[in-house]
Amino acid sequence: MLRLELFKIFKRPRTYISFGIVAAIALVIELAMYADGKNFINFALQGINEQFDLRGNILNGYLITYIILQTLLVQIPLLVALVAGDAIAGEASMGTLRLLLTKPQSRSKVIIVKFVASLCYALLLLLWLAIVALGLSVLIFGAGDMINLKSDAMVIILKDDVLWRYIAAFAFAALAMATVAALALLLSCFADNSIGPIVGTMGIIIVLMIFSTLDLPIFSVIKQYLFTTHMVGWKAFFDDPVPYKAVGTSAMVLLVYTFLFLGASIVWFNKKDIQS
Amino acid sequence: MTTEIIEARRLTKSFGSFKAVDDLSFTINNGEVYGFLGQNGAGKSTTMRMLLGLIYPDNGTVYIRGREFNNRTRHLLAYIGAVIERPDLYLYLTGWENLKLFAHLSGKEITSARMHEVLDIVGLSGREKDKVKGYSQGMKQRLGIAIALIHDPELLILDEPTNGLDPQGIAEMRFLINRLSKELGKTIMISSHLLHEIEQVATNMIILHKGRKIVEGKVADLLSPADTSVKIRLTPDEAVITKLKDSEWKGQISSTQVGQITFKTDPKNVPAINSWLVNHGAEVLQINVTHSLEDYFLSLTSEDHAAAGTI
Repeated sequence: MLRLELFKIFKRPRTYISFGIVAAIALVIELAMYADGKNFINFALQGINEQFDLRGNILNGYLITYIILQTLLVQIPLLVALVAGDAIAGEASMGTLRLLLTKPQSRSKVIIVKFVASLCYALLLLLWLAIVALGLSVLIFGAGDMINLKSDAMVIILKDDVLWRYIAAFAFAALAMATVAALALLLSCFADNSIGPIVGTMGIIIVLMIFSTLDLPIFSVIKQYLFTTHMVGWKAFFDDPVPYKAVGTSAMVLLVYTFLFLGASIVWFNKKDIQS
Repeated sequence: MTTEIIEARRLTKSFGSFKAVDDLSFTINNGEVYGFLGQNGAGKSTTMRMLLGLIYPDNGTVYIRGREFNNRTRHLLAYIGAVIERPDLYLYLTGWENLKLFAHLSGKEITSARMHEVLDIVGLSGREKDKVKGYSQGMKQRLGIAIALIHDPELLILDEPTNGLDPQGIAEMRFLINRLSKELGKTIMISSHLLHEIEQVATNMIILHKGRKIVEGKVADLLSPADTSVKIRLTPDEAVITKLKDSEWKGQISSTQVGQITFKTDPKNVPAINSWLVNHGAEVLQINVTHSLEDYFLSLTSEDHAAAGTI
């Protein structure tokens, strides 16, 4: 059944638009860096250059990948929501949901398979991002020690210590995308048109991200419980030392939300009258 | 031997304050074609959806092959193939891909030979490699039936299969349903809001009105020739009517009025009655042959005959 779901997803031309968007954004940033990267680096490091003498290939593939990943913080969840939000609602609007559910398959299985298929899509999208961002950037700009500029510190990670961090960051991002996929799937169960779940997912993520990033006392109590606060946990792999406890907590929160959304989807979908 | 495939027992379903199906019970036995007749909104589609587990009844139970059907026994759907309302398919896939996809979900191992066989049955051989978005409505409907048939179910549930088809498509669909019943021995439950459509394919009939069953029986019994109403419009001529009341047809006259005589008779008597009237000087202007059940069914569109046992 999973094979069939993936077949349906990857037979749709619009599925590949996401891959095109990711490639386009990565390429644009890479081209811009290729053309004007030195000025950008000088501007970014102007305060630091006065106190430190930074030498070597600073504008390297690892740094550019980090910049690309920061840029795609909102876009990737949107692209995942495009598929997961369409999983049930899209079938309902096409009318294929009722045909699908007249077959001797359990509704819980339908939901789980659709979630796993959405997750596979998200993983492939992240893999594609790794190829066009990390692979291509390293190919064009070469590898080197990576500078991670934070608001209150600068972390320099040695060249040989970077790659595993990217692998871990992509794995963590996959977990975050699982949460997004589960949320979009839950909203998809409530709708008979995929626009609502896609916009709804993005709306929730954007609103919660604002809560997560605003340093106001009123939000500080709740932000630790919001999944959006923990979605950016991949960045922790570029700290030195890596705060494993915080990463573990973030991963646990994302897992809990994922199972919560998925469980709610299963319960709701099993009770739903199919009238589309 | 008669085997019960589906039993609906006291099904009730409401949407808000609207009662779509009200205390409905019936049984579908194998080898028969059941016509499910009712106006739009009578509860036909809701009932069919409840039989398939798409909609949950508020009250009542569905039994498939004697076993209670619910979310835990969805494997019982392997006995059934269905096309509910429009045959909506994956338009970006070919006919073959659609068929293969649903074949995998049917719970049985389906071979390519079987897929070719059902495509041949529904008359789509040679078009299976085309994208479904290029299919006509009739082709989509036939592909929908192929998908319903692919796992060789005992019962086919077809909800208004001629909706949206042109006259040729309707004739082809009727031919296909008759073939599925007579040649392949399928039990079929077909819904329609048109009596003449059901009359041409069904052996049994259930009429719903406002969610309640008002008529159930064999089509042959319900539409027996003796219940046919023949209305003849003619130029007003009292003398002819007086003579007619003394003729061999007097026992079959149900009413007379100026310019119109109504008979309750077998339709095969119509030519003889017409000849008698012409031979006795009447000018026949129009002959209308209708069945009393049809009259009754048409009257439902304007009146409330919902009370059970009206007929």
